[in-house]
Amino acid sequence: MKNHLIMPHWYGPDSDYHEINHYDFHVVYSASYKVPVMYLRAYHSDGQPLLFSEIEKDLPGLSVKLVSESKCSFITQEKHPYLNRPWCKLHLCGTSEWMKLLFSTHKSLTTNGSTIEHYLISWFSVVGQMFGLKIPLEMLNCS
Amino acid sequence: MTDAQKNVWAGAIPLQIELHEFDVTTSPPPPPVLVLAPRMGYLPLLISIIKPHFSSTLPPGEDTIWFEYKGLPLKWYIPTGVLFDLLCVEPKRPWNLTVNFRRYPKNILLPCESEDTVKWSFINSLKEAAYIITGNCKNVMNMSQTDQAELWQSVLKSNLDAFQRVSSKLKLGTFEDEFVVHIDSNTKKLQQSSGETDVAAQMKIARIPVRLYVWTVSEDFDDFEDAPPTPIDSWDKVSYINRPVEVHKEEGKYFSLRDAIESLLPEFFGERNLSDERDPSTKQSAEEGGENPFDPVSLCSQLKNAEIKFVRIQGIEPKLEIPFSWVARNLINPEHFLHTCVCLKVIQA
Repeated sequence: MKNHLIMPHWYGPDSDYHEINHYDFHVVYSASYKVPVMYLRAYHSDGQPLLFSEIEKDLPGLSVKLVSESKCSFITQEKHPYLNRPWCKLHLCGTSEWMKLLFSTHKSLTTNGSTIEHYLISWFSVVGQMFGLKIPLEMLNCS
Repeated sequence: MTDAQKNVWAGAIPLQIELHEFDVTTSPPPPPVLVLAPRMGYLPLLISIIKPHFSSTLPPGEDTIWFEYKGLPLKWYIPTGVLFDLLCVEPKRPWNLTVNFRRYPKNILLPCESEDTVKWSFINSLKEAAYIITGNCKNVMNMSQTDQAELWQSVLKSNLDAFQRVSSKLKLGTFEDEFVVHIDSNTKKLQQSSGETDVAAQMKIARIPVRLYVWTVSEDFDDFEDAPPTPIDSWDKVSYINRPVEVHKEEGKYFSLRDAIESLLPEFFGERNLSDERDPSTKQSAEEGGENPFDPVSLCSQLKNAEIKFVRIQGIEPKLEIPFSWVARNLINPEHFLHTCVCLKVIQA
């Protein structure tokens, strides 16, 4: 019953102080909004959690621009649905609308087993940008 | 406004709150403070009443307030009444809590800076409920500043009249009303059009926002007074399930509270057969309900291996046979979620 995708561990960009920040990303299905949702957790090498301002420095895509332009896209601190610890959750406005748009252009996508993979890759191609995460080309070529 | 709603909104928990010894700098320590906390409210909102009693004894520094019950830090975004129903198994009154002004447990609790943090958490839950019920959050997002302020004030003061004045504008409807309208309009549509798709596709599914707090016991107990079950001493012992109940009316079929709860726990009660009547627009989220057809665990869960010992909502233990629609209409919290505490007895293999 766990709809929960764990992404590989990510290391933040090297800062002036040569300190590496650690990021964990989880993709969890929201039964309420019926879309995948990105959860993230950021901490210093000593385990101390990062402040929002520090996260924003590491993740340019998540910038002020996104938050100010969109009425309802933002990052909040929320309990991880399964892990019982505080994480950050990205609320992305209108996910199901722009996913429908992305999907409606794919005539070849019918109900077969790979629909879920295609959905997640498409979803991730948009959401990943906010975190500077890129999909390897090989994944995009999967049939 | 029904009598049940009035009673629920008037519900309050008497709290006896003592200051944690680490925050006491005077001798003798201050006596505990007695507070009547509205069920529909949240613990951090009581700070303005509590702090004055302890301010003279607090150590210097910044306050980061949090509450605990028997050593368990309390999650501030869970309504007070729900915390009580969940954690105080044999309801004791007053409920003895400890307040802390320092040493915020950041690894367990989300930060709570002020009343505003609680307010935004409430508004976000309201948006989520609106999305579940109507399919979008526009009504909540388009609320005027005044309406939003009035709504929040009504929650702070547990004022049902004021609340209904504002919330009725959101048109989050009652379960029954929404449902009857759908069936009527669908019938009309079918009569007017020709060669339309099948009835099942036309019939809408009503979605009710529910937050389930599930804990399991393996031993049997009949009376809490004699042999109370082990209290919850860690949040890891509670499964928090934030999943809407989906209801679709079948001719003559009765949907009870038990049906609703079991539908949210397919791993214990088996998968309900909803796939025939699924709305086509939800096809893209093919793994609705979280069941992966290739997961061996879900295949096994077709057998009933658990029993609902009791269900607690707004401090009452309703009979499981009562209509879910009544519960959804009368026992919800102001953000339109039905917070339900469920104790399951799991049958050991």
